[in-house]
Amino acid sequence: MTRRKSRITPPELPAPSAAVLPGEQPSGERRRFVVRLAVMLGLAGLAESAWVAASFLRPRQRDAGAASLFVAGPLERFEPASVTAFPSGRFYLVRLKDGGFLALHRECTHLGCTVPWDAAQGRFVCPCHASAFDITGQVLNTPAPRPLDYFVVRIENGLVKVDTRQKLSRTAFDPSQVTVA
Amino acid sequence: MLRRVWQSIVLRGPVVPRTDRDRAFVTVHTLLLHLRPVKVPARTLRFTHTFGLGGSSLVLISILAATGILQMLAYQPVPVVAYDSILSIENNVGFGPLVRGVHYWSANLLVVVLLLHAARVFFTGGYHGARQFNWVIGVSLLVIVLANAFTGYLLPWDQLSYWAITISTGMLAYVPWIGTALQHVARGGAEIGADTLIVFYTVHTSIVPTLLVGFMAFHFWRVRKAGGVVVPPPASGDLEEAGLKAGPTSGTAAEKVLFLPHLLMREVALALAITAVVVVLGAAFGAPLGAPANPGMSPNPAKAPWYFMGFQELLVHFHPVVAIVVIPLAGAAVLLLLPYLSDDDEPAGAWFLSVRGYRAAGMAALCALAVTPIAVVTHDFVYRTWPGATTWLTGGVLPLAVIVGASYAFVGVLRSRLTLTRNETIQAAVVLGGTAFALLTAVGIWFRGPGMSLVWPWAR
Repeated sequence: MTRRKSRITPPELPAPSAAVLPGEQPSGERRRFVVRLAVMLGLAGLAESAWVAASFLRPRQRDAGAASLFVAGPLERFEPASVTAFPSGRFYLVRLKDGGFLALHRECTHLGCTVPWDAAQGRFVCPCHASAFDITGQVLNTPAPRPLDYFVVRIENGLVKVDTRQKLSRTAFDPSQVTVA
Repeated sequence: MLRRVWQSIVLRGPVVPRTDRDRAFVTVHTLLLHLRPVKVPARTLRFTHTFGLGGSSLVLISILAATGILQMLAYQPVPVVAYDSILSIENNVGFGPLVRGVHYWSANLLVVVLLLHAARVFFTGGYHGARQFNWVIGVSLLVIVLANAFTGYLLPWDQLSYWAITISTGMLAYVPWIGTALQHVARGGAEIGADTLIVFYTVHTSIVPTLLVGFMAFHFWRVRKAGGVVVPPPASGDLEEAGLKAGPTSGTAAEKVLFLPHLLMREVALALAITAVVVVLGAAFGAPLGAPANPGMSPNPAKAPWYFMGFQELLVHFHPVVAIVVIPLAGAAVLLLLPYLSDDDEPAGAWFLSVRGYRAAGMAALCALAVTPIAVVTHDFVYRTWPGATTWLTGGVLPLAVIVGASYAFVGVLRSRLTLTRNETIQAAVVLGGTAFALLTAVGIWFRGPGMSLVWPWAR
């Protein structure tokens, strides 16, 4: 469709009047400075608003209460080469054959599905994209990109405690991740 | 008295317009109708020219707003309670299942209608000249609608929604540098919980609808500024000849008819038909509700909503960064830049540009139809037997290079064999990619079983 010419012609604007104070340059250094200052102030205002919005969106800090040290139970309750699920702590407490403890985060490192322990196969198998992990959390089957995350285990007065405050990620299994009784 | 009130509402216009002059007056002096032109080109009225897809989207969005607001009165965005409030809508609220069902079916139909609308605009070349930027707005609208469909998915807090959101927000973590921050913003924290639900609820019920209204106004205004929808070439004669005859100024040659009643009545009829369809679907099938969300147990298989199954299928085959970041961003960039990649001097309004363009697009579609399933089955076998198949190199750079190279070669051969123009070549390339992605979506929806293994649809 061709554009029609506008039928309304804008009224003639009066020529810029010479309302310049005596001794002032009409478009001088000062005017440019003021314009630049105004633009910068405007940008600063926008940046501040964006900062407020971004800060508001940032996840809220939860107080790390005393309950973050998860008491799993007495040492003897866990047989060697066993996996015990703690749904409320979102982890599996693994006792390796040599008696060492390892607390594995229950989420698949691929996309966060919960991985059930398959006792018959002796591995964690993700139902979402078929990733598999061995008892120490190492990847047996991709697409998971890294071993299961883990929590630090402490043994105090014969009680197994798991520090669920901080989830630790790793690229490979290392004996230093295991807490020996 | 009554007459004076009425006259003040209709601006002294006729109550029932009987002459063409009255009809033009009513079009100009009614709030909703004045957005439309007084006269429209007669050739654009034919249903098969636009299939009324843009108007249908508007109708569906209005239905979604109405049914959505009703549900906001009964829904509580708090985990576990949310599920109970949905149960209460289903069991205790008058017409609750109907309202929820109509909302569900309208949302799904809207995604289909929008995709068809985009395809219609693309294949009739409705993105040149004054319409260039409106294509960009349209693609943004599609993204906004998908965002709303997706955020609505979490709200019932059943197994399906919980795990679809887990997986989708899990994908965000793969975005380089800002992934974790992005994920924490989307989830309102590190884990999915009450903070996530309120984020999704607010996005679904306020942020996205506001954006949607703004972008829709922009979209419609630009359609109007471009002189309405593209005018098709004369119906007689074959496409090639018509395309040549029509020329870029085809709009001026077209005979015009009054908007009221010719276009308005057609639009009202279509709106009623669409409403009837979603009401019947909603009443007959309702909206699904699974078992309540259980963070300790992922269902097997856990699938995304159907319109994201293409991406989930990519995830099975490619390294996460490629599937989540590289391919979607490249696809979005191509879609957004489409009007600027193509030549602007094509006659708009002809389907598939020309007979040659139609033939090339058909061949591209056939090629994608043949190659995609073979590639999916072959690769499925490879990565299940060889654990190293989804690393950066083997699951990212290498297959991407093969696919891009092969597509480039195929389109290049098409171009030289059929002596395609630039726009016909781009059309064939988009058809190739689009068909492949549609097939991946179909594979994801119907051919993936437990553990994301390939199964026949009837064996699931």
